[in-house]
Amino acid sequence: MNGWPLLTILTLTPLLGALVTWGIGRDNARAGRASAIAFSLLALLQAVLVVFQFNTTVTGLQFVERHQWIPTLHVDYFLAVDGLSILMVLLSALLIPFALALSPAAPDQPRGFHALFLLVQTGLFGTFTALNFFHWFLFWEMGLVPAYFLIKLWGGENRRAAATQFLVYTLAGSVALLLAMVAVNFATDSFDFIQLADLARSGELGRSLETKLHWTGLSSGALSGLLFAGVFFGFAVKVPVMPFHTWLPDTYATAPASVTMVLTGAMSKMGVYGLLRILIPIFPQQMRDSLGLLMLLAVLTIVASAFSAFAQKDLKRLLAYSSMNHLGYCFLGLCAALEPSPNAALWSGERTAALSGVLLQLFNHGITAATLFGLVALIEKRSNGRRSLADFGGLRQVAPVLAGLMGIAIFASVGLPGLNGFIGEFLIFKGAFPLAPISTAIATLGLLMTAVFYLTLIQRVFGGPLNPAWAKFPDLSRGEIALFVPSMTLIFIFGLAPGVILTLVNPAVVEFVKRLAP
Amino acid sequence: MTWIIRNLWLIPALPLLAAGLGALLQRPQRRLAATLSIGSMAVAFLIACGGFAMTLGEHTERQVHNFPWFQFGETLLQLGWVLDPLTASMLVMITFVGGLIFIYSVGYMARDENFTRFFCFLSLFAAAMLGLVISNNLLMLFMCWELVGLASYLLIGFWHHKPSAAAAAKKAFITTRVGDIGFLLGIVWLYHETGTLLFYSDGAGCLEQGALAKLVAQTTVGGMFVSTAISLLLFCGAVGKSGQFPLHVWLPDAMEGPTPVSALIHAATMVTAGVFLVARMYPLFNAQFTTGLTQDSVLPPISTALQVVTWTGAITAVFAALIAVAQTDIKRILAYSTVSQLGYMFVGLGVGGPAVGMFHLLTHAFFKALLFLGAGSVIHGCHEEQDIRRMGGLCKRMPVTFTTYAVGMLALSGFPLVFSGFWSKDEILHSAMNWPVSKGPFILALTGAVLTAFYMTRQMWFVFFRPRTELSLGRGDGVHDFVPHESPPIMTLPLVSLAACAVLLSIFATPVWPWFDAYLAGHLSELHLGWSGDAATGIVMVLSIMAVVIGLGSGWALYSRVGDGEAIDPIEQRFPGIFAALRERLRVDEFYEITILRLSRIVTALSDGVDRFGWSACVDLVGFLTVGLAWMSRYFDQIFINSGFDVSCENLRGLGRLAGRLQNGQAQRYLRILAFGVVLLIVALAWMGDSSR
Repeated sequence: MNGWPLLTILTLTPLLGALVTWGIGRDNARAGRASAIAFSLLALLQAVLVVFQFNTTVTGLQFVERHQWIPTLHVDYFLAVDGLSILMVLLSALLIPFALALSPAAPDQPRGFHALFLLVQTGLFGTFTALNFFHWFLFWEMGLVPAYFLIKLWGGENRRAAATQFLVYTLAGSVALLLAMVAVNFATDSFDFIQLADLARSGELGRSLETKLHWTGLSSGALSGLLFAGVFFGFAVKVPVMPFHTWLPDTYATAPASVTMVLTGAMSKMGVYGLLRILIPIFPQQMRDSLGLLMLLAVLTIVASAFSAFAQKDLKRLLAYSSMNHLGYCFLGLCAALEPSPNAALWSGERTAALSGVLLQLFNHGITAATLFGLVALIEKRSNGRRSLADFGGLRQVAPVLAGLMGIAIFASVGLPGLNGFIGEFLIFKGAFPLAPISTAIATLGLLMTAVFYLTLIQRVFGGPLNPAWAKFPDLSRGEIALFVPSMTLIFIFGLAPGVILTLVNPAVVEFVKRLAP
Repeated sequence: MTWIIRNLWLIPALPLLAAGLGALLQRPQRRLAATLSIGSMAVAFLIACGGFAMTLGEHTERQVHNFPWFQFGETLLQLGWVLDPLTASMLVMITFVGGLIFIYSVGYMARDENFTRFFCFLSLFAAAMLGLVISNNLLMLFMCWELVGLASYLLIGFWHHKPSAAAAAKKAFITTRVGDIGFLLGIVWLYHETGTLLFYSDGAGCLEQGALAKLVAQTTVGGMFVSTAISLLLFCGAVGKSGQFPLHVWLPDAMEGPTPVSALIHAATMVTAGVFLVARMYPLFNAQFTTGLTQDSVLPPISTALQVVTWTGAITAVFAALIAVAQTDIKRILAYSTVSQLGYMFVGLGVGGPAVGMFHLLTHAFFKALLFLGAGSVIHGCHEEQDIRRMGGLCKRMPVTFTTYAVGMLALSGFPLVFSGFWSKDEILHSAMNWPVSKGPFILALTGAVLTAFYMTRQMWFVFFRPRTELSLGRGDGVHDFVPHESPPIMTLPLVSLAACAVLLSIFATPVWPWFDAYLAGHLSELHLGWSGDAATGIVMVLSIMAVVIGLGSGWALYSRVGDGEAIDPIEQRFPGIFAALRERLRVDEFYEITILRLSRIVTALSDGVDRFGWSACVDLVGFLTVGLAWMSRYFDQIFINSGFDVSCENLRGLGRLAGRLQNGQAQRYLRILAFGVVLLIVALAWMGDSSR
């Protein structure tokens, strides 16, 4: 505040870090890595500062930075955070140092690896703070392209195919999103999310679409429907919502573990955040009109991904499907919050619950999923890249600490009370069940299957007699344990005191629900 | 004494602290781990006794302490704890029985290398259960409920290197989670309807009049009251946790854990949670839309939810008792007996209310813990042998175990007058007989009583009485033979204490002095020496005694002739088909295997297949179309655009070649062409000049 552009500095810190890392990493790989970690820690410090200065009693935007940029295009440089984005900023800041610390100390061409990693973080910060589509989209893509190179250059088997699939698929979504938003801009002369939401609320958006785009020969309803579909597709690929998810298992399994940690921990949140920030405020009516179908997709995502996870033999693919399952609950919560109800006042509590649950779930899933992938990375490191469920057995006997940490992370993911996954899911179900009882009841199958496949994982990898091939499987070293201390602490803290996070989002969620009312 | 109310949280917090510290201990710090766990339980027991004393006063009010946990949106979620007779009696039972099991474990697990970890998990188990019992909020109860599930998972799978233990742990967690899903939906529904999950909160709680009146005033699908629907969803959780049919399958497998764990699961913690849940939520289960009933309907209406509870319990009671008759594993017999006895508790809750069900829960906790610890002592003495057909004659070799086990066995069978099980079961039978809806549960419960006495007699005969010709037991192969021995005092002392309780508890609920009934209802009853029951009480007592005598007698008659070395069971000789079916547990597991599990495997394969081939094919199709489009555009370029370009290039080149051919360096040809050109030029000029003129 006070004119100090904290958010801009926060966004630029990793970018600067990337340049520095690239510069000094040429001759000294270790210095490059150290500088990358140092810059990501600096960014974390700033993000924590933002969170501490964040006023939890106000509803609106905070840390606003707004400057006219390209007047002819009506583009402003417009940054701010509010309750919807503050957690995402914090999560992005938390995960990058965690993932960097777990990344292999010496990949080939280390300076490129670490610099690209920091670029991803800039993209993340930018996406979660920008409120004007113009530069928001730049950051959105900025997260994508370095990730593509990270997968393509440092991934596992079939990395080229996986990277290309990831890029092309996500790009297709981005293009649909871009076209739709350009059309919106053409009609309204605005790229400003907040302004667009106001226009949509007053019905101005529909009218201007009709006047400006009448030459297409489409009615205003059809036009908005089409644009809605475009924007939805862009985000649905990112979340991902089934059936737009086929890129995910391959990508998560192929990417280097530390990249997967960021992909699932932070980048998958971009999709849900986009739904919250752009799709629902700008196209609420269109979303309500297609809610039946969306609900079906939500339930499909939850149930089918849970069952698919049970079918997986590869640890990383299993976790990938589980990740999808968890984001499916977020999508369910979002859809349920838009369900019509007889008495708006009486039901806004349920909508608030569902949306609070969604935000909580996003944040906590980020921590838990990154921890799980991080632990799998350590298993992979010890087993020369083998990570099939059938390859192991009895690891708990030789690596009790690894098994214990994995157990905590898994039970957090299963939604055990006392750990961080529970309250988010509980609030989503608390809100969604009264609003959409049948869909939610079917979705509980996902909760059951999550326990089934995770406990099967424990049973097959850690339980049973020790596979003699791993008799010398080393347990975690002190340094490795230290890396997991922060995430384990957060898993417990946010499980026991979810209020810590919820106070940050409460006003924003209440305001969001108020604005949702038709 | 409000100190106790404010600090009731200490009761679960102390064992939790012990568990937390225990998790940090190293393997060799065994003494410290055990001391922490047992010490925390002992202090918790003292505080629990203090709480219990507080509820003993005449007309003691229920006391609650609520506090905010977190806020979402504008809603404040409050947690809290409650002290009432229901909670107080459970607290005392859990800390006392649990503490004895802890002490026993010191002896039982003495040789296990993960001794410290074991005590850490035990403490967690007790802490979760104690938290569940003091909860004044359904969400908090559910959270502790899940932690109980976690602790049982860890303990059942304690010997995780055994594949069967790892599988049993998973099965327990998942089967109970099936019920928990219903429980969770019930919670969110109740939360939505009443706006609170606090049980009691100065009239605003979900179990208090205002909320209940609202719940029974609405109906949902099928004309069911909302209260009924929510109760049934909550009951799903109870069915899973308390191992009722059809979710009982995990409980017998849970034997894979060390025996003290079995004792904890079956007596103090875990399975009693389901019964406790129904007792706690009894006002909701019992809620009934009463206005509009005709005045002449004499019978009080019984809510649908309680009818479901009663029938589930009654069917389970007989079903599990039947299976127990044909089992040969000493712990498995006891496990099925627990399932059956839990059925009785549900019948008691359904037909007679919380006091009846809870009294059986408490008496059962003592004698079942006693039986399991006794079984553990037997197994310990027989070098990990669990098959009753390989035992025998232990009554001389293990006198303390034998005596205490016999007390437990008589209490479980409901042997008249001096054993607590008799009185608690008698109350259930009595209430069941007066149940206005049907006599079915009464008949089933009576049948179950006969069966219980019968299978316990069978077990006693095989383990303790059956004469053995040789001194050593085992498989007779010289390797596994051994001489059974009595267990050390650290294991037998808990047995003696529990046996004493199994007898002493009976004085609290006789028809002469129905103290416990009155206590749970919130007022104390005076001691009236003399008969306070009616004629029906007498009839039920006679019937109950007859059931026990028939069971004991027929068991003794059948089995006392089975001597050493006879492998075939007398029932098997007569009814081999039925016996085999019973021995295979009526093939419920197999039934699930071919139905639900197969279905889930099909769905799994389907969703994976659709994922791999279906959706991917769609994406690939889009990809191919795109690539096809690109190829088409390329060929278009090549054939039409490029080829046009190529043709003109070719012509140009041809022209060049033609021109090149002219320039072959021969001066004659140049001159010839030059001359030819000049002539042509002259002719042209002449022609043109002429024409221009």
